[in-house]
Amino acid sequence: MKLDSKTPEGSLAEKWTKYRGSMNLVAPNNKRRLDVIVVGTGLAGASAASTLGELGYNVKAFTFHDSPRRAHSIAAQGGINAAKNYQNDGDSIYRLFYDTIKGGDYRSRESNVHRLAECSTEIIDQAVAQGVPFAREYGGLLANRSFGGVQVSRTFYARGQTGQQLLIGAYSGLSRQIALGKVKMHNRHEMLDVVIVDGKARGIITRNLLTGKLEKHAAHCVVLATGGYGNVFYLSTNAMGSNVSAAWRAVKKGALMANPCYTQIHPTCIPVSGEYQSKLTLMSESLRNDGRVWVPNKLDDAKAIQQGQKTAQELKEEDRDYYLERRYPAFGNLVPRDVASRAAKTATDEGKGVVKTGLGVYLDFAAAIERYGKSTAHTKGISNPSSAQIKELGEEVVSQKYGNLFQMYEKITGENPYKSPMKIYPAVHYTMGGLWVDYNLETNIPGLFALGEANFSDHGANRLGASALMQGLADGYFVIPYTIGQFLSNEIRTPQISNESPEFITAEKETRARLDHLIDTNGNQSVESFHRKLGKIMWEYCGMSRNAEGLQKGIKMIQDLREEFKKDVFVPGVVEEFNPELEKATRVADFLEMGEVMMRDALDRNESCGGHFREEYVSSDGEAERNDEEYTYVAAWEWLENGKPQVHKEELKFENVELKTRSYK
Amino acid sequence: MQLTLKVWRQKNNKAEGKFEFHKIQAEEHMSFLEMLDVLNEKIVSEKKEPVAFEHDCREGICGSCSMVINGRPHGPQAGTTTCQLHMRAYKSGDTITIEPFRATSFPVIKDLVVDRSSFDNIIQAGGYISVNTGQAVDGNAIPVNRDDASDAFDSAACIGCGACVAACPNGSAMLFTSAKINHLEKLPQGKIEHNTRVKNMIKQMDKEGFGKCSNVGACGVECPKEIPMDNIAAMNRSYLTSVFTKE
Amino acid sequence: MRWITEFLTSSIGKKLVMSLTGLFLISFLIVHLLGNLQLLISDNGKSFNIYAHFMSTNPLIKVISIGLYAGILLHAIQGILIALQNKKAKGSKYAVNTNANGSWISKNMALLGTFILFFLCVHMGDFWYKVKFTDTLEMITYPGVDYQVKDVFKRVAVAFENIWIVIIYLVGLVALGLHLIHGFQSAFTSLGLQHKKYTPIINIIGILFSVGISLAYAVIPLIMYFSKLSNY
Repeated sequence: MKLDSKTPEGSLAEKWTKYRGSMNLVAPNNKRRLDVIVVGTGLAGASAASTLGELGYNVKAFTFHDSPRRAHSIAAQGGINAAKNYQNDGDSIYRLFYDTIKGGDYRSRESNVHRLAECSTEIIDQAVAQGVPFAREYGGLLANRSFGGVQVSRTFYARGQTGQQLLIGAYSGLSRQIALGKVKMHNRHEMLDVVIVDGKARGIITRNLLTGKLEKHAAHCVVLATGGYGNVFYLSTNAMGSNVSAAWRAVKKGALMANPCYTQIHPTCIPVSGEYQSKLTLMSESLRNDGRVWVPNKLDDAKAIQQGQKTAQELKEEDRDYYLERRYPAFGNLVPRDVASRAAKTATDEGKGVVKTGLGVYLDFAAAIERYGKSTAHTKGISNPSSAQIKELGEEVVSQKYGNLFQMYEKITGENPYKSPMKIYPAVHYTMGGLWVDYNLETNIPGLFALGEANFSDHGANRLGASALMQGLADGYFVIPYTIGQFLSNEIRTPQISNESPEFITAEKETRARLDHLIDTNGNQSVESFHRKLGKIMWEYCGMSRNAEGLQKGIKMIQDLREEFKKDVFVPGVVEEFNPELEKATRVADFLEMGEVMMRDALDRNESCGGHFREEYVSSDGEAERNDEEYTYVAAWEWLENGKPQVHKEELKFENVELKTRSYK
Repeated sequence: MQLTLKVWRQKNNKAEGKFEFHKIQAEEHMSFLEMLDVLNEKIVSEKKEPVAFEHDCREGICGSCSMVINGRPHGPQAGTTTCQLHMRAYKSGDTITIEPFRATSFPVIKDLVVDRSSFDNIIQAGGYISVNTGQAVDGNAIPVNRDDASDAFDSAACIGCGACVAACPNGSAMLFTSAKINHLEKLPQGKIEHNTRVKNMIKQMDKEGFGKCSNVGACGVECPKEIPMDNIAAMNRSYLTSVFTKE
Repeated sequence: MRWITEFLTSSIGKKLVMSLTGLFLISFLIVHLLGNLQLLISDNGKSFNIYAHFMSTNPLIKVISIGLYAGILLHAIQGILIALQNKKAKGSKYAVNTNANGSWISKNMALLGTFILFFLCVHMGDFWYKVKFTDTLEMITYPGVDYQVKDVFKRVAVAFENIWIVIIYLVGLVALGLHLIHGFQSAFTSLGLQHKKYTPIINIIGILFSVGISLAYAVIPLIMYFSKLSNY
């Protein structure tokens, strides 16, 4: 299969402007006659649905949540990047573009990333106009902060709840279109299949989660904004409901899954506390500005700490290994996420972990508390402050900066992080891979689009902090409203799509059979137990570091687990009722296939880049080693009937940046 | 720790509900929802139907959890959603009563799951700023007072969980509605439509069948985002002003 | 004009009615207390009876009193209707009841209000009805006053010789005090009069007023009962 990215001609900076100005348009009277289905109502979905509604299309929006406002975009903490250069610190669209390409370890498409940087500025304007309460300076202008690995302040934020505020903004815009009748909202509807008619995506099969009944929804095209697949690992920072099913159903109908092995592991999450653990909680990246990461130097000390016989405070300075500062003196504790995560793994692999399970490292604020305490004492004119005074003053400053995060940590762990260091460990956070899309965000199936985390296009092998919100909103507000016209302008003569065509009826029947099979299996193991097992396999063999042997083993294990699932899963209740266990079962069934594709992709990519670290491809000093000669391409996987995924490649051409090795030493 | 759970079971909206008792072994580091996961695993292993409860992000921001624990929405801790509540708040031997949010406008769907779409309807009645994509001026074109932005955020922190309604002995949605109105009112962009917004949202709130506020204040106490009741007074003022002074 | 009905039937409109009638009744409580404290002047009821005569004959007072009755009725009926609507809006109750999130008083305003209404009926039946609609009271003339007045004082004095009536009054006044503790500040909130600086002051005044006025009223039957006792 030839993958055509449909990147427009012209210089990088002018591509989008020129393309936008010469794209096919759909006249207002025709828009009224065209139906668009949008699945998912997170940042990308809600912004797309409302904007398409404003333009005049008839939009049908779907979410499995009880309200569009609950999508997991809501949990993003840190902020959203935009190349506004309000701080006059030398930021520009090109610089944001460059940082994103480099941060992505040179595995993303130049044209898409540049467009993202261009749209970033408009997003802020739009959000402000919608009433998003961004942080402000005393003069009333927008405040910025800096974020992981970049040298400018371009991150806009609303305390630690930027995602929530942006989503509420998009949700309110969507609500307005619902009230105006331009968007028909379907809450508690889960997409279970996409329907292809004459080679084009023309609708979806959904299950009404309240009644359990299947429904056929037809439209001229289908937009998927259904998020990432991090929950394949069972334990991740994703919401419990986040799943791959919509995207995976598209793959089963011929769409391609691109770069599935690129998984972002976030270094600062609260460690697993027991077997019952259901999800992991992120502690914002901003903590690494002041926290120092360390483990004990001696194995004996580590063991004593793990068994609760020693505490962190009892260890002298010389018995501590501040390994990030030691290994990466230039960036220290602020190395990018993938680097920090791998370093934590190295330390715990050596047996130096500091929690019961051995999987945790310290994030220590004692030095910051002392530093801030001393400087505050100085400003307050206290001469010869006592150490207790210094501590008190320092804790005050730290509390002002990170108070709510410290509070959250204490709520979850029951430990006071002012008194003893936080314990953290890396956890799955974001998936850079996703449905393969061209410049129009259209998959290889005509009329099927993918936005936000559900597509693969902008973050390459590693995503920078505060870029996910930017991408979701850029796709929804400023890209798809234009590029969808490229497809729909050819559909103005197509009458309303019937949902009674044989394709719809077959798809519904197949879906029904899948659901019946899950219920009828009537085995002995719960859906949850399969999901946990899958997660363990994924984490073990396709987690922070991978090797060929492990991946081969993992693939086999997933295949076996899939067979076991088919034979022995137990789903209580019936199809036609509110049945959360059945919902979980359909999602886990899809994860069981997706997991294998991820492993195959990881096995196929014989290099280390970004979120994909292969133990065989390491430089002499233990750093990730890319292979630009052979692997500067997008791996887009096709799921074949025989269950053997096949890879298709889209070469990545870098005409504007030079490929370099990332170094943080 | 050994706990006795007294859980509300209700097949659907039409069926009668009743309490079901379960003995369960929990650990102090579990979150409340993880404790329910353990319960459900046990129920499923007996090939019975697990307790349906709503949850998603499990980090206190999506607003999905909707249960009342020993008479209090989201349990005993201030500023904490059910998913952030951990079992160390309980001791071995405790009996914990778990019920769904109760209000006529939040009908029970199953067990602990309730229908909160009335909140969406209130937002659709005017909880937005009428601006189309692409119309916006530059983000810094209109300065916003720093304190106003901060106040707006305090109201905007609402996660739409409905604990306010669940806590209110009158089943009133005044805190939810007022938080949204005040969030937008505090910002210059939101002031333009303020008068019509207040009237329309309150009209819709009444239409949804929510009760009338009698200033009990339980909403503010139980709000997991600690949104204060001042919002209600501010909305009353806005409403009276808009009714008596504007067309 | 539709806006008026729309407003009055809206939830906030209804609250406004409760708030304004409540504040009006509070102002009446003050006036009523000032008049009744004359019961404690030891002139054998002269000033009180003259005051009572004035209150029942002055045309302006008559007009105001109609407003008062309307206010009481509106406050009571509206209050009961709202309580019923709220009960319906709440649907079923929780198995575990807690006052951890709100005071018992604030959650039981309708109960307290109904009790007060009941007390009011007793109170008015005892005095107001007897003064206005029966001839059971003696007529009395005072030196220097050129008209006859009803001896309401005696009626009051006789009533408060009965310990049970005194107890009913005391209980009624406790209910009133509790009702006011929430009602006073609640009226301001309903009017939208809330301010970070002034609301705490209003709340303190509200509590002082509620306790103070109930105590002041309670003093009357108590003193009258015990002074009678000491007379024997």
